[in-house]
Amino acid sequence: MLKGFWKLTWVETKVFAREPMGVFATLGVPVIIFLVLGRMVGADRVNSEPPPFNLPVLAALLIAVSVVISLVAVISIYREGGILKRLRATPLSPVTILGAQVVIKLVLTVIGLILLVLAGRQFFPGAMEVNLLSFTLALMLSTLSVLSLGFVIASVVPTARFAQPLAAALLYPMIAMSGLFFPVDQLPPVLGTLVQLFPTTHAVSLLLGVWDGSGWNAHWGSALGLVAVLVTCAGISTRVFRWE
Amino acid sequence: MPTPVIAVSHLRKTYGSTVAVDDVSLEVHEGEIFGLIGPNGAGKTTTMECVEGHRKPDSGRITVLGLDPLRDASALRQRIGVQHQEAHLHKRIKVWEAVDLWSTLYSRTVDTADLLNRLGLDTKRNAWFMTLSGGQKQRLFVALALIHDPEVVFLDELTTGLDPQARRVIWSLVTDIRSKGKTVILSTHLMEEAERLCDRVAIIEHGRVVEVGTPLELVEKHCPERRVVFTSESAGVADRFKAALGDHSVASDGATYTLQGEGEDFVTDVIHVLARQGIRIRGFRTEVPSLEDVFLKLTGHGIRD
Repeated sequence: MLKGFWKLTWVETKVFAREPMGVFATLGVPVIIFLVLGRMVGADRVNSEPPPFNLPVLAALLIAVSVVISLVAVISIYREGGILKRLRATPLSPVTILGAQVVIKLVLTVIGLILLVLAGRQFFPGAMEVNLLSFTLALMLSTLSVLSLGFVIASVVPTARFAQPLAAALLYPMIAMSGLFFPVDQLPPVLGTLVQLFPTTHAVSLLLGVWDGSGWNAHWGSALGLVAVLVTCAGISTRVFRWE
Repeated sequence: MPTPVIAVSHLRKTYGSTVAVDDVSLEVHEGEIFGLIGPNGAGKTTTMECVEGHRKPDSGRITVLGLDPLRDASALRQRIGVQHQEAHLHKRIKVWEAVDLWSTLYSRTVDTADLLNRLGLDTKRNAWFMTLSGGQKQRLFVALALIHDPEVVFLDELTTGLDPQARRVIWSLVTDIRSKGKTVILSTHLMEEAERLCDRVAIIEHGRVVEVGTPLELVEKHCPERRVVFTSESAGVADRFKAALGDHSVASDGATYTLQGEGEDFVTDVIHVLARQGIRIRGFRTEVPSLEDVFLKLTGHGIRD
């Protein structure tokens, strides 16, 4: 049923890697932001929360969001270029075609995280003490959840030219209101309720929790929130996704 | 009559209030090249996509190789090859990677090195898709459509946008496909292409089949006029022809005469008169109507791009 899955994933990975600007925007930019902000706040305060905020969690979230924006771009470019339509005319199943993209984005997330940790250990020694396995899993779940929202965006926006800016315009404000910079309960009531629907809010809550070492048990609500967004958005996508 | 490879009856497909295909019925037989011809927007592509199983018709019945394109989609995909109009691949996928990916998807494949060789792509194996010329891209799509040795091949506007040389290369590829016993259904808005390649054509206009037949049949049926143009310095040519051939129209412009008549025998008749009367001529040509003229006559307008 998933015939061609790994081959397609591998080909897609190579195709992605051949576009250096895309690779840099997805993997390099979050790390650079992390290093620059880290220098500004000082090495000893990189992972404090607050002041001013937890930088590694911000950078990790930026990685998640940038892979999602990359997904939205890829899907809408493929659709506009007729690539999705061409792939659908083969025996590849829809799950395979889109699943390959998800796998690539998850792998990129992990690579981005590895780069982040290496950079952090190099420039801010002592700031990256965290249960890495747990944090990686939390980031992957967060990425999956945001990816599902990305699929909804890619589904409803007709052209590639608008899809990528729109995804950025939605996702970056979501990070701003995610509770990373100021507590969510400081938001006006309506907005405070609204942000509970955003995957980023639950992602920040989970990632901060794992970073502090309090473990998943203390944050199952956040994990559940991410899963709820994932299930909802995946459901919406399967109804509204267009191949051409 | 053997069972047709493709049978379409009363196909109808609308997009909202736009009627893409109104009522199309046709049969395609084994081993023939069947052409759907008509202007852009006539419903050729939608018809093909319904037959391929990529679109769900509003109504009508379709069978391909005895299968239902929607219900038996996965079985059918192993047996048909498809080239879409204005198709694209990943900009930075290499030719061999695309061929390799496609060949893992089918249970049976041809020798891909040989296939690339035949299509003249062997030297482009490592080239990125975006660096290929229009003709090379189309040849790659033909390769991808043929990789699993399909019984029926769909080619939608295969040569649109190609230069004449590239077009000729593609034409010989298409006749090669037929010579391997496969059935080809293609769409084109180039009448010359249809006339050269197709064993039979269906003229489609406003989502309906206007006429079906071999290009020759259609020309004979709808455009029986023949025209002979020659140049002669002999005296009284026009009168001698009027006397010999009756009321056929004879027009002259200086020493150039244009005779108009109908039917298979007209040209022979003219030659007989020339010979009998001992008329010396300098130039001689015949003008036989083409599929383009048939199209013009049946639809009331020329093909438009």
